[in-house]
Amino acid sequence: MADRLVPIGSAGGRAAAVLVAAVILSALLAVGLRADLLSGLGPGEWAAVRFTLAQAALSAVLSVGLAIPVARALARRQFYGRGVLITLLGAPFILPVIVAVLGLLAVFGRAGWINGALTAFGLPEVSIYGMHGVVLAHVFFNLPLSARLLLQGWQAIPAERFRLAAQLDLPPRAVWRVLEWPLLVRVVPGALALVFVICLTSFAVALTLGGGPRATTIELAIYQAFRFDFDLGKAALLSLVQLGLAGGAALIAFLVIPQIRFGTGLGRLQQRWDGIGTLQRLADTVWITAASFFLLGPLSAVVASGLSGLGKVPFSVWLAAWTSLWMALLSIFVLLVLALPMAGWIASRTRGGGEAVGLLGLSASPLMIGTGWFILLNPVVNPTDVALIVTAVVNALIALPFALRVLVPPVRDTLEQFSRLGAALNLRGWGFWRWVILPRVRPQIGFAAGLTGALSVGDLGVIALFADPDRATLPLQMYRLMGAYRMEAAAGAALVLLTLALGLFWLCDRGGRWHAEV
Amino acid sequence: MLRCDNILVRQDGFELQADLVLEAGRKAAVIGPSGAGKSTLLLAIAGYIPLARGRIIWRGQDITLSAPGNRPIAMLFQDNNLFPHLSVEQNVGLGLRPDMRLTADDRKRVTSALERVGLAGQSQKRPGGLSGGQQSRAALARVLLQDRPLLLLDEPFSALGPALRADMLDLVSDLVAETGASLMMVTHAPEDARRIADDLIFVADGKAHPTVPAAEALKTPSPALQEYLG
Repeated sequence: MADRLVPIGSAGGRAAAVLVAAVILSALLAVGLRADLLSGLGPGEWAAVRFTLAQAALSAVLSVGLAIPVARALARRQFYGRGVLITLLGAPFILPVIVAVLGLLAVFGRAGWINGALTAFGLPEVSIYGMHGVVLAHVFFNLPLSARLLLQGWQAIPAERFRLAAQLDLPPRAVWRVLEWPLLVRVVPGALALVFVICLTSFAVALTLGGGPRATTIELAIYQAFRFDFDLGKAALLSLVQLGLAGGAALIAFLVIPQIRFGTGLGRLQQRWDGIGTLQRLADTVWITAASFFLLGPLSAVVASGLSGLGKVPFSVWLAAWTSLWMALLSIFVLLVLALPMAGWIASRTRGGGEAVGLLGLSASPLMIGTGWFILLNPVVNPTDVALIVTAVVNALIALPFALRVLVPPVRDTLEQFSRLGAALNLRGWGFWRWVILPRVRPQIGFAAGLTGALSVGDLGVIALFADPDRATLPLQMYRLMGAYRMEAAAGAALVLLTLALGLFWLCDRGGRWHAEV
Repeated sequence: MLRCDNILVRQDGFELQADLVLEAGRKAAVIGPSGAGKSTLLLAIAGYIPLARGRIIWRGQDITLSAPGNRPIAMLFQDNNLFPHLSVEQNVGLGLRPDMRLTADDRKRVTSALERVGLAGQSQKRPGGLSGGQQSRAALARVLLQDRPLLLLDEPFSALGPALRADMLDLVSDLVAETGASLMMVTHAPEDARRIADDLIFVADGKAHPTVPAAEALKTPSPALQEYLG
């Protein structure tokens, strides 16, 4: 298509991309200039690098490995509540980390359900802290995500293939080899890469369940160098290491990461004629039951203890909830202002590559950007005064790659379908956005906004770097309550936070799809 | 008067030449085998495909480099002629104002255009709620309001049944008679050409032949045209 037929300009998109790159690269520059390169990495920092890689690899293998039988069972079984369960698989992605950690503690913690059962039978207790706690939490978040990705793959197998397999009366092993194995070869590498990258930059999980010389991620080490030692040189050096690691992995991963689709359509059940053996049924039942408990146990623990703790919630929690809410709204605003023009620009290019800018947000860790901007802002203003704004912007940047993945395809479709008609009617620029793109892409905009809002409201990252005792977001306030062993109040705060995150997501997503016609 | 002055269109290894004239107020049918370049000819005239050579002249003015929306042309494509998420009224209103700021007077014109094509009372529906024939009528109502002196039809009615297609052609014929516009329409059916066309443009083997009077050409066709008509 000739360039002059594209009915929207590219200036806004380019400007947004340049702005994103500038925010991230100036943080990088600040960090690079400040980094204590001469001192190099001490044994403690090397341990953090090793731990970060080890836990991310382990989390990826376990999440995806366990997701395979779960997705397989979900793909071929019909049962009551199947649709709800599949929808719930999407929940951990927008669940505030600190809330999930509290739920996991209630099930696997020292006074949790599992240990209660173990001691009742006279067995030794298990500890949730350290490497296995961190991995457990990561699997809790990423097993459902992987299961959804794999389920998408399963549903991409045309029904005719299963019909053909039934016609030929292929035994289970042959169905596996002919249909399911080729699918896994295609989907699994991407899922592994995605989980690995997500876990590389893990902060809140390591902060709450890790720590100490044996279980510190690089991200946590940045925080500690910054917050406890106030050693900016070391924090900056670690940020560079983190950037190299996560950036490299993200770059490789983004090439293999499958299209992330969160929307509906996964509830559809394919008609299958295989997998009717007793043993297979039994195995599928066990996998589905186990996955449901693993997912729903911590969630229901949060709701149950939250309801009883709601009365003991101090006023500071409600104040923090208000702060978190408007910060999340600011994040959504920043995201949309950046993502929409960028999506238009990327979608109207015939060659790829524009998404690489959004990718910067994924590869640069939040704490690296935070550290960089602390260094830049410190001489000018008191960084704690702008803590919330910096946090809101960083959260928008983190959500940007996901938002672009969601927004670019429908914008591209709209341009392909309607550019000609737009040109014939002289409908261009803002008019084309206003009357054609925005109404057609509204469901995806709502979804991206909801995702950003939920991620932002539940974020415990940059804010931990900047905050002072007077200013706190809800996750930080909750973390402080946990640190002070006020567990009932923390449980109440967790319920408030959960409601806020899911509510924001639901409102935006619903608002986007309200009366939307395609 | 429209003049395609020795134009050449090159697209994905396909070439089309044309050197022809369409007199003001005439209705020309563009016929020829599939893949011969009928749509390409219309898309090039409307400005959707850049020319490799030659000029397009409208009433003595060179419009070769004008943007599609700035040409004196209204065009209907094979599909995607309406925005499915906008109401019929909004779709038709776009023909008057691309920014959709319709005044009370504009609204009246939209309503009367809809009445003119037999869609009174359907203005608040979305295209999805209309039948195929009604969708074509809505698109024609917009063409009426666009009021451009040259109308290009790239088989917008090909999905309709024969009777409905004949109705649409009669409506088109009436509309261009009212506005005095010239018409070029791609068609596969010689009876469509017989029905409304004054002129014939035969496209075959990468070449658009010069315009000839339709009645005469169909009565005593050239050998190539005879082969196509069978």
